[in-house]
Amino acid sequence: MINAISRLGKRVRLSIMGLGDFMRLAGAILIRSGAALRRPRLVSQQVHFIGNHSLLIIAVSGLFVGFVLGLQGYYTLSRYGSEEALGLLVALSLTRELGPVVTALLFAGRAGTSLTAEIGLMKAGEQLAAMEVMAVDPIRRVLVPRFWGGVIAMPVLAAVFSMVGVIGGWVVGVMLIGIDPGAFWSQMQEGVDVINDVLNGFIKSVVFGVAVTLVALHAGWTARATPEGVSRATTRTVVHSSLLILGLDFVMTALMFGN
Amino acid sequence: MTTAPPPDIILQFTDVSLGYGDFTVLSGISMEARKGQVVALMGGSGSGKTTLLRAATGQITAQRGQVRAFGQDIAGIGSEPLRKLRQRMGVLFQQGALFTDLNVFENVAFPLREHTRISEDQIHERVLEKLDAVGLQAAAHLRISEISGGMARRVALARAIVLEPELILYDEPFAGLDPISLGIAARLIRDLTDKLNCASVLITHDVAESFNIADRVYMVGQGKLIAEGSPAELSASDDSYVRQFLDGEPDGPIAFHYPVSPAYTQWLEQRRGRRS
Repeated sequence: MINAISRLGKRVRLSIMGLGDFMRLAGAILIRSGAALRRPRLVSQQVHFIGNHSLLIIAVSGLFVGFVLGLQGYYTLSRYGSEEALGLLVALSLTRELGPVVTALLFAGRAGTSLTAEIGLMKAGEQLAAMEVMAVDPIRRVLVPRFWGGVIAMPVLAAVFSMVGVIGGWVVGVMLIGIDPGAFWSQMQEGVDVINDVLNGFIKSVVFGVAVTLVALHAGWTARATPEGVSRATTRTVVHSSLLILGLDFVMTALMFGN
Repeated sequence: MTTAPPPDIILQFTDVSLGYGDFTVLSGISMEARKGQVVALMGGSGSGKTTLLRAATGQITAQRGQVRAFGQDIAGIGSEPLRKLRQRMGVLFQQGALFTDLNVFENVAFPLREHTRISEDQIHERVLEKLDAVGLQAAAHLRISEISGGMARRVALARAIVLEPELILYDEPFAGLDPISLGIAARLIRDLTDKLNCASVLITHDVAESFNIADRVYMVGQGKLIAEGSPAELSASDDSYVRQFLDGEPDGPIAFHYPVSPAYTQWLEQRRGRRS
């Protein structure tokens, strides 16, 4: 019994310590972020690396999500004779929810894991220690550009996802089912609000970008310098960031779209 | 009150004990490296040579005693002064520690880009010059994954010397090199030390090559400094520790077998208990 309590206590203590460690690293990255402004090329390289390599999976996923939204939306709306509202349904679903959330989940699996593995292997190969001994701060040189690269790439990817998703919805609704294209686009234009829908979706995607990139960098930074340690860290990135995305989405949706 | 060392002493250990946590790896180490000197630090595997290097760069602090680099005590020094000290050092890591996301040229250019404001043309010239010194100028465009282990160590050597530091620490510079590269690397270390008038500390267990180029040799083992002197003095020594190490004898005061610890005995008993 006492053992069980002490084990539970240890788990809680380690979780709190882990959270503290995470916040300290996040603080250290933010404090050193001025370095990213002084050397924007390092950030643009990371935006290219993180964003470009995730573009294909994001675009293809967006297209299929758009197809499905088009089909499911049509089946439901046609019951009420409101097929023309399909454009609005697809656009709102994507900009408010699916765009930022699905992109962030894919981003965690594609870019987050590669960031964690990269940092973990740099640690295992003594690259971070070498940098420190060369009087170069590895947080400033390695983590800060990757952090801002992820934060910038994520909303752009979410925008691409939503845009391709709308095209997917249009292909299914207008081209295959035969909904009036004028109604499809005009309802969308009428019903989507720039501030309420697009801006809120954008804010969500930025928050997810911050969360996923920080989780990925922290997992790599604290990974044990062994093949097993790096593999555990990449798994941790996917699990923690996916849960964080869904939890944050609920909180932000309640704040943004509640009365 | 400690008196300041003479100005030509670049690195000085005074009665230093080093370890991790409660565990002490080395104790009572006193040694120094002066300008223009190649100092070889020798000892068997696991004798704590790399720990000494980590203390010299400020990666770990001494449990006892004092480590001074460029006349400054490393313990308790702030992060900014430590950064300044490290800019005057070059370190060759045991595994090279090259940056795998950069190619050969960019790896060598890294310290120049981080610490100097020189033009791209000057960077180009200096990097190719250092790569030429290690025989790898024509490999400048290659990715790190495309070069062999021996080549990686030579690139790391070029990176360690590109800022022409006043103190260069080499961790096992001869390990994994073929005989030709080994001879060239040893010559290069000696020439660089003479040319830059810097201090070179060589961590190695390669007796032949290091005795060829070293001015002074320190030998560590069994957690302490066993012997010190010039290569000639150590070669002539009849100390049983020194003789065993230099002649590579399996029997002698340096035990080949890892010492039995209480943790090992406990582990063995638990294993026996499970099997019976």
